[in-house]
Amino acid sequence: MQGVPPADVIRLMPNVWTEPFWRATAEHRMVVPRCTACGTFRLPPTPFCPSCASQDLEWVEHDGRGTIYSFTVIRHAVIPDVLDALPLIAAVVELPGTGGCRLVGNVVGVAPEEVRISQEVTVDWYDVREGETVPVFRLA
Amino acid sequence: MNEGDGLTMRDRTAIVGVGATPYYKRGESVPQLPMELAAKALLAACADAGLDVHDVDGFALYSMGFDTSLFAQWLGIDVRFAGMLTGGGGGAAGSVGLAAAAIVSGQADCVASIMTLQQAASRFGASYAPRGKPGATYSAPPSPEGSFIQPSGLMGPGQMFAVLAQRHMHRYGTTREHFAEVAISTRNNAIRRPTALMQKPLTLDEYFDARMIADPLCLFDFCLECDGAVAVITMSAERACDCAQPPVYVAASANGGAGKWGQAITWFGMPDEYFASSGHRTVAADAYRMADIGPADVDVALLYDHFSPMVIMQLEDYGFCPIGEGGRFVADGNIRWPTGSLPVNTHGGNLSEAYIIGMTHVKEAVEQLRGTAVNQVEGAEVALVTGGPASIPVSNLVLHR
Repeated sequence: MQGVPPADVIRLMPNVWTEPFWRATAEHRMVVPRCTACGTFRLPPTPFCPSCASQDLEWVEHDGRGTIYSFTVIRHAVIPDVLDALPLIAAVVELPGTGGCRLVGNVVGVAPEEVRISQEVTVDWYDVREGETVPVFRLA
Repeated sequence: MNEGDGLTMRDRTAIVGVGATPYYKRGESVPQLPMELAAKALLAACADAGLDVHDVDGFALYSMGFDTSLFAQWLGIDVRFAGMLTGGGGGAAGSVGLAAAAIVSGQADCVASIMTLQQAASRFGASYAPRGKPGATYSAPPSPEGSFIQPSGLMGPGQMFAVLAQRHMHRYGTTREHFAEVAISTRNNAIRRPTALMQKPLTLDEYFDARMIADPLCLFDFCLECDGAVAVITMSAERACDCAQPPVYVAASANGGAGKWGQAITWFGMPDEYFASSGHRTVAADAYRMADIGPADVDVALLYDHFSPMVIMQLEDYGFCPIGEGGRFVADGNIRWPTGSLPVNTHGGNLSEAYIIGMTHVKEAVEQLRGTAVNQVEGAEVALVTGGPASIPVSNLVLHR
């Protein structure tokens, strides 16, 4: 895939709270945790609801459509391993219907000059290695 | 009387000494050891104050500090307080507040806040790069939270703050010319100071010709990468009067931040009204209340400038202009020394003097209030110093003469 860092610089480290998210992405599905006590969504998944401190949650399927909330174009390689992948568009994407939850991922398949805040995007999947997939986004 | 006045530390302590090593470009302080630099800075601060190093009985550190046990062993210091603010560069100014708190609570009498930095084998610019990769010499270990950021290629703080800057531009109409004004005005201050690493003026053309690092930030929006150490010694207001220099009183210091700010650039989940900010709004209110002053009382501001847009956001969060107006505030010349309404980073800041994780800002505030600064603000009575916009805690310090 173009527009993403090489696989060997990506290190996923799930814990018991985030593992369901990554298990879903490996199946090319997006799920977002929602507090069953008060209905508040949260990302990344954490042990407590920031609104009511409940630990009970459910995993809600999301269609992966979102809007670019902000972004940067990475043009300088802070480590040599990413040099060949530059430029990288790293975007913060807001997910409608989640009370403002956001995901961070590359916007792929577009020139950096064409990216704007508020553009609509849809999720795609970067299979980093067997069993590990991260979300990326394409302009809708 | 404010509620809680009986518990305030306002004016009960003072900075009595400041000291620094020379400032070096990244790696050029070798073969000195990092903690050796810290000791040299402390000895210089003691000399400034007219103290013996064995008068020091406490350490108030931040940004992971250093090994105070070995440091005390090296210098033969008997320690009564060794505390540290959690987090990173956000705690710079607050480390002096921690020293004041230790003194007011009776735990120690003479507390040193010290930062030492040597980036020979490590670069903060690759803080979130994967460990073990070439160039990833100062890397946080992989974390469950980082797994939601790092796969995008965001591996350095500047790239992450660029995302906040982009949002600020979108929301408020801030421009790269505004960022340039921060960089250029800071450089103008630096070139008058022999201690500054940057000694040539920066023009607007040079700014716009510079390579982009992470849009919208170019090379000159980034702070320097340096080695060096700075030490600041705080004592009770009474004992400060016996020292060699005029006391510089600690009017207030606050550290912390809102939960909705949290990890900030390693989260990106801050609510919209908070996202394009410095994270300082709660500590600004705390400090103004403790000092019983407002923004109009501040004569000179030493604002942590790791990235130029973050100066603009701090100007807003400390009430020097309305939220969203920071860009236009700097464009109007307000932060220029000596003509502006609020001279900012008269020492040249992290951008152009040296990056010692914010402690040069404390040193400059002390010199301003002693009346000995190179770029002296005439009649300066009150100085505001801030720690870095960063994950919690962020911090500040209000000093007066």
